[in-house]
Order: sequence, then C-alpha cells, then structure tokens
Amino acid sequence: MIELQHVSKHFGGEKGVHAVRDVSLKINRGEIFGIVGFSGAGKSTLVRCINMLEKPTEGKVFVDGKELTSLKGRALNQERKKIGMIFQQFNLFATRTVLDNVSFPLRYSGMSRKAIREKAVSLLKFVELEDKIDAYPSQLSGGQKQRVAIARALASDPKVLLCDEATSALDPQTTTSILKLLKKLNAETGITIVVITHQMQVVKELCQRVAVMEKGKVVEEGEVYSIFAGPKKPITQSFINTASNLSRVQEFIEENPAFSQLNPGEKIIRLKYLDTSAAEALVSSLSREFGVDLNIIFGNIDWIGNHLLGELIVIASGKTENIPAAIEYLQNKNVEVEVISHDDPA
Amino acid sequence: MMTLLEKWFPHVVDKPAKFLESIQETLVMTGWAGGLMLVFGLILGVLLIVTKKGGILECPVAFQILDKAVNLFRSIPFVILIAFLMNITKAIMGTRIGIKGVIVPLVVGSVPFFSRQVESALAGVNPGLIEAAKAMGVGPVGIIFRVYLREGLAAIARGATITLISLIGLTAMAGYVGAGGLGDYAITYGYNYNRMDIVWASVIVIVIIVTVIQFIGTLIAKKATH
Repeated sequence: MIELQHVSKHFGGEKGVHAVRDVSLKINRGEIFGIVGFSGAGKSTLVRCINMLEKPTEGKVFVDGKELTSLKGRALNQERKKIGMIFQQFNLFATRTVLDNVSFPLRYSGMSRKAIREKAVSLLKFVELEDKIDAYPSQLSGGQKQRVAIARALASDPKVLLCDEATSALDPQTTTSILKLLKKLNAETGITIVVITHQMQVVKELCQRVAVMEKGKVVEEGEVYSIFAGPKKPITQSFINTASNLSRVQEFIEENPAFSQLNPGEKIIRLKYLDTSAAEALVSSLSREFGVDLNIIFGNIDWIGNHLLGELIVIASGKTENIPAAIEYLQNKNVEVEVISHDDPA
Repeated sequence: MMTLLEKWFPHVVDKPAKFLESIQETLVMTGWAGGLMLVFGLILGVLLIVTKKGGILECPVAFQILDKAVNLFRSIPFVILIAFLMNITKAIMGTRIGIKGVIVPLVVGSVPFFSRQVESALAGVNPGLIEAAKAMGVGPVGIIFRVYLREGLAAIARGATITLISLIGLTAMAGYVGAGGLGDYAITYGYNYNRMDIVWASVIVIVIIVTVIQFIGTLIAKKATH
C-alpha cells in the first residue's frame, strides 16, 4: 500500500540536518504499522514524506501504486485526499463547529450540502460524538477533539490514515479509547493505518508491525510480537523497557542487599517465554527433575496482539552443577534465559 | 434644545451647513479610502504571508520587493506623501485637489500599515491548521480563503479598527489639498478665528466616529472568536 524507497530528507544547506536517512519501508494494505523513536529521531518527518508535506530530497514514495514524489499541484492534492492525517495537537479549525470541521474536506468537491451533512453526521456517529455537532472545538476535551479530527480525516474516504503522535497529548484512559477507535476503524473498513509514536504502549496495543527509528534511520523492523520477544538493538530494548516494569526491577535488585547478597550457588535469572512454552509447568518440573528451586521475585505477562509474552525474574537455588543443566533445559523449551547476577565466589 | 446649542456652540449654529459639509467630507474620505485600504491591504498582507520563507507560495523575490515597498511607504510622512504622489494622483483620478485628489495618498499612506496588521494577524494562525488543510489536499487558494482569512478574521478586524482610526487622523490633513473635512474646519474656522466652540464640535464628532468604528471592530472580532 505504501512503499518508501531510499527516502532521505535534508533540511537547510550544507550545514543542515539529515532528518531522514535512506529509509526503505513497505507497509501492507490493511495493516496497522507503527514507527517509534525518541523525539528528534526523524519519525515525524518520515510520516510527512508519505503525504509530501515534506518533499523527500532523495528517494521515491509510492502510495496505492502512485508515485507521489513525481506529482505536483492539483494531481498531488488529488492523491492527498486519499490519505487522512491526524495530529498530536488535533489541529481543528477553531472558528468552525464540529460539523463544519468534519464537512471541511467535502466542501467544493461537487457534493450537495445535504449529502455532505449526512456524511459528516454519520462519521460523527462512528466516533460517538453526534451530540456535539454544533459545539466549537474549544468546548471539547482532548479526547473529543481527537475524535472529531479522526472523523474529519475520514471524510474523504481515505485508504490510508497517518497518525502523528495522535495520543501523546492525551491521558492514559483517553489514549486507550482512541486506540480502540482506531482498531475498530481498521477492522471495519480495512484502512491502512500508520502510527507515529514514542509510546511503546501504543505500539503494543495497536500495531501489527513496527519500525524503530534512531538518528533518521530505521534500525529495526518486524512483527510487534517478535520485536518485543527478541529486540536486537539497544534502542529497541530501551523502548520495550519503557513499556514494562523490568528496568525498575533491575534497579530494585541492585539496591536491595537481600538480593545482591546471594547464598553460594544461587543466581538471579531472567526468563522470557513465548506463548508456545508458557503453558508448561516449568517451575515445578525444574525442581522435580533438577532439584533447582525457583523463587519468583518478579513476574510480568503481557498480551501483544494475540500473543502471550511472559517475563519472570527468579532466584535459582540448588546444587551448583545442576543449575547450568536447568538453564539448558529451559532454553530447549524456547525460554530465553539471562543470568543477571551470581553469588560472589570470593 | 436649540437655545442650548446656540449658547454652547454659537459659531457652529451660525453656519450649520459648513459644519455638516465638513462631517460629510470626513465620512466620504474615510469611507472611500478605508474601503480601498481594506481591499488592497488584505491582498498585500496575504501576499506577504504566502510568499514569505516557509509560506504556502514561497517566493523570496516577490516577498523582498513587497516587504521593502511597504517599509518605504510607511516611512514617508503623510503630508510629504501627498506631494510625492501628485503626478500619480493626477493620472489616476484626473485631479490632484479636492476629495478626489486626497483619496490616492490616503490609500497609499494607510495600506502599508494595514498590510502589516494583516500579516501579523495571519502569522498568528496556528501553522498546524495550514498543515492539516494541506494534508487534506486543499490548494493555496483554498488555504488562503478557508483557513488564513477565516481563522485570522478576529485579529484582522482588530487591525482594521486600529488602521481606520489612524486613517481618520490622516483625513484631518486633507485641507492641504482643498478636500475639506473636520480637520480643515477646525483649523480654518476655529483656530484661525480663535473660536473654541468650533474646535470642540469637531472633536466631539471625531470621537463619535472613532467610537462607532471601535464598536463595530470589537463586535466583529468577538463574533469571529469561538
């Protein structure tokens, strides 16, 4: 549906900034694709290259088979109508009512006033705001504003919806409701959604695939589940940590002497297991077969898409020679094992 | 009533036709020059904002020319501007005296100021709205009329009020080219004959005109804000 080929964007002359460097991506029809990165990573510029709000300095952009990088003026505006966009700051027209905001893209398009009104009202029903038709944006809450913005972006029946930090200005509860709305939209209409965010939570709850950006480059890309299960780059790891309590647990272990002073033979181990191995009674079989006891100090189980991803931090104690065997057993069961700390042999 | 007016404004009541004529001249000058100023100032202000760096029709050459021209005409005092423009006035209006002769300098004298007011009003329009409209596939003309002018209307109305009031100040100098008006009335019949009541009457009428303009401007700005 969307294809970026070696897209680069350079701002300002020779001393300027390389906001996007040689990015190639393919986003499939009907999928929800996430682009994450810390601020300044170039993700906002990249998403603007999709609808030519920023013209790439190099590379090609295809949306629905049309090369947008070759279009200008009216022809480009015609294609832009097929790409909806919503923003962090909502960008509603303050002097227009909710109904007029949603009608805005349809005016001067040859539709009758009556048809425009009907369509706008049905979109507002979809976003559950039909009772706010005559309100002005200043009378709405942040979540309601974003719902109006979504209705407005959908008015011209786009095939793609670009979301630029659409939930970053909202509280967690409102964020969840907007994410639900986007999911429902994707499920009911099959619209392709591209989500730009720095919140890993959003990726986890909404996206099917994700690209991680750093310094203008895409450093890692794949299914959200496999990225969460096995991040390859440090930046990806640090993003995933923001979405779980794991980083705090590690601090807790380091600061707490009860955990840093281990008995001889004890190890603190982090286990990460995927849904294939989750069902098995691993803990009890370890103690039965290897005489290794696992004392769970932290556990976290997450649903990512339709998959299960579990993480445990345990203190393993037992005969010193049995622990490596137990670890090997776990690894054979597809559990990822990482030894965080040993007892002090000195 | 009449006796009271005779008591307070003896010289005004003595020749009421001259007084009413001066009011009419001020209103005609303000109306014509103000109307033309609004049209040309809006056009120029919009051109400044869209041709500016990062504007929707970015064009550095056009922007530099307009920007410098606005600065040039803003720096010329009005009385000198009347003289400076006399040949152009004659070419456009067929005369360089009377009300007809003062309209051109009034417009040229007030448009640069108003265009700056429009420019700053439009610069205050949230750039996110321009971006949103662009993303919707709205072209430059649509963005100017449906986003810039609409969203900037309240600020434009406030700028227009200020400019129209200062325009009335300029019309007071129209007497130099025989266009009459309240300024001329106050100087010729009041100051020169030391008749304070004529000056007072002029001041009162001017204050009323300014108050009405201010009222309308504030009303429009209020209506355009949500």
